[in-house]
Amino acid sequence: MNIASFAPLAVVLPILGAALTFLLIRHSRAQRAVSIGLLSLTLALECLLLASAWNGGTAAVTIGGWIPPFGIVMVVDQFSSLMLVVSSAVSLAVLVYATGQGMADGDEDAPVSIFHPTYLILVAGVSNAFLSGDLFNLYVGFEILLTASYVLMTLGGTGPRIRAGVTYLVVSVVSSVLFLIAIAMVYGATGTVNMADLAIKLGELDQGTKTLLHVMLLVAFGIKAAVFPLSFWLPDSYPTAPAPVTAVFAGLLTKVGVYAMVRTETLLFPGDTLNTPLMVAALLTMLVGILGALAQSDIKRLLSFTLVSHIGYMVFGLAMSSAVGLAAAVFYVAHHITIQTSLFLVTGLIERRGGSSSVDRLGGLAKLSPMLALLFFIPGMNLAGIPPFSGFLGKVGLLQAGVQLGTPLAYALVIGGVVTSLLTLLAIARVWNRAFWRRPTDAEHPDPVLLATPAGRISGPGAKVNNTVTLLPRTMVGSTAGLVVLGVALSVFAGPLFGLSDRAARDMLDRTPYIQAVLGEGTAVPGTTAAGGGR
Amino acid sequence: MSVNLTLLIVMGALYACGIYLILERSLTRVLLGLMLLANATNLLILATGGYAGLAPLFSKDTPARDYNDPLPQALILTSIVISFAVTAFMLGIIYRTWVLARQDDIQDDLEDRRVAATPSFDAEDDAEVPAETSEFPLTMLGSDGRDVSDRRASGAAADQAVDRPVATLVAGGREMPAEHAAAEEKPGSLNVGPSPEGGGK
Repeated sequence: MNIASFAPLAVVLPILGAALTFLLIRHSRAQRAVSIGLLSLTLALECLLLASAWNGGTAAVTIGGWIPPFGIVMVVDQFSSLMLVVSSAVSLAVLVYATGQGMADGDEDAPVSIFHPTYLILVAGVSNAFLSGDLFNLYVGFEILLTASYVLMTLGGTGPRIRAGVTYLVVSVVSSVLFLIAIAMVYGATGTVNMADLAIKLGELDQGTKTLLHVMLLVAFGIKAAVFPLSFWLPDSYPTAPAPVTAVFAGLLTKVGVYAMVRTETLLFPGDTLNTPLMVAALLTMLVGILGALAQSDIKRLLSFTLVSHIGYMVFGLAMSSAVGLAAAVFYVAHHITIQTSLFLVTGLIERRGGSSSVDRLGGLAKLSPMLALLFFIPGMNLAGIPPFSGFLGKVGLLQAGVQLGTPLAYALVIGGVVTSLLTLLAIARVWNRAFWRRPTDAEHPDPVLLATPAGRISGPGAKVNNTVTLLPRTMVGSTAGLVVLGVALSVFAGPLFGLSDRAARDMLDRTPYIQAVLGEGTAVPGTTAAGGGR
Repeated sequence: MSVNLTLLIVMGALYACGIYLILERSLTRVLLGLMLLANATNLLILATGGYAGLAPLFSKDTPARDYNDPLPQALILTSIVISFAVTAFMLGIIYRTWVLARQDDIQDDLEDRRVAATPSFDAEDDAEVPAETSEFPLTMLGSDGRDVSDRRASGAAADQAVDRPVATLVAGGREMPAEHAAAEEKPGSLNVGPSPEGGGK
């Protein structure tokens, strides 16, 4: 029996975990054990899925025994299994971090006990979206993860969170309605919502209808992925949530949107009809996002803006619709999920240690906590694209693909990409200089915690130990360090990973493996030559 | 495929009202707008199923072309459940907003306002240029119009004559001139720290 037939467990296990943790809502210790245990099991399963898909071999699982165009299918190929592994690894790290935070703060009672079930449902929704081979099931996956994210975003129900939650909720619901309208129109035009079937049938429509459906889907996914004109909601809503929640949102939710955009572009609407608008959107996303980041003094908001900005790189890779560009985009998504999440987790630690996440109030953290400085420095440089790291490799891949394409717009994007990378470095360096490098007394409005600590440290070793335990619990630092190490590992093993991305990109542009895996061998795949354009 | 015109007109009216309502600032109206949008979309999905027909799988004798397409109805059922959950959650949020702020309107983002109100003046970047110490002094004027160039070189005696005693006070854990402290208290100054969590509205 093929391991791929266990793919639905990637969705079932977290939902089972959610049910169990909900039953164990009064027993926080058992709740922690169940959620971490089941998520680790899911991660192990997904690693096996990735191993089976590593050298090609797209597999489809039909749910409930219905034959593909009618029933729901789940498709495991290199791209989706890579996304599954990276997303689950990141969510596991964040879960350990959040558990550590909860234990350190001693908030063992409601409403935080709702965190574990909701978080597992979020993971299930993300897995469902990655695995779905059916447009409507993709919508359901989105809704599962969005509904869970509404709850996580407003956890505790404080004023700022409710305010941010309302923005987020309304924008997400509107984008979901747009997605649903697009699905209805796709169904009206073709009579199917199965993605492999659509890949064949959409090609038979006339150009006008096709463009309309294409634009509707891209707008709906563009809101979720925070591509420039549709990105206004993100920096407004993310920073107020609790640190682990912001971290997992920043890492995963926008990437699910990017994933859906990739599938739309490669599988459903191959060819290059909308490449020019997508490239312009990518350029604007990069530049507007990073210019926004430079204006911020709060680290969480700054990181939210860099998140928007770096979505532009992925859209850039996607819009080139060449194997090189797409491979770089796939690599970049995997890199960015890890790095962005670890930066948000470190910011959570900074907030605990320094008492604030505003660079106007921070200072001297490098001396106070060298470990924290290291944990910030590595992913920070990685995000900015400093040579040995994966951020640099991903960007070089994208720039190479852009130069290979050679159109004036592609060159504009290459220049925009370099400028954005340098501005990211500037933004990160500003945080570094202010929060870590300068003396606390040089801060504009130093936080009392930073000024008080040296005296506390001098007063005796007991005080120091006490401080370290409450401010930086070992589980929180450990999980952050684990994620930073994963980010470094992505740089070290960039060779095999780029190979995998390359094969994934070729398979996606070819479309034949996907369609034949779902609809059976011998299905004629139309227009593969057009799909492979620019290879 | 024939479509039901009444359904289409109702759908259009629902979309129009829904879009009008979600543009309001009042949260209850936004909620009503979202509900109308969801229901209009359900009608749209229903319309994609084609003409009305018999229930599928009901009787073996019915010819295939008399059946109704069952899939859109299954899709609608799912989307009704989802919009129900979202509506319930949104109602909870609206109630919470009311409890916290005693108003039904969307609240402004304080951080946004703060960034927008921040003057382009930055205490660190825009500090007055210190005295020129090079061999070829340029003539520079301070903010009060006096010549501040090369003060150090011109000798301590002149310096003391020009400088008035400066009143200082302790603010934010350090000593600063009183006039700077006063300036920092002005609205829009960077000195206004972010409000503690839960305290904002």
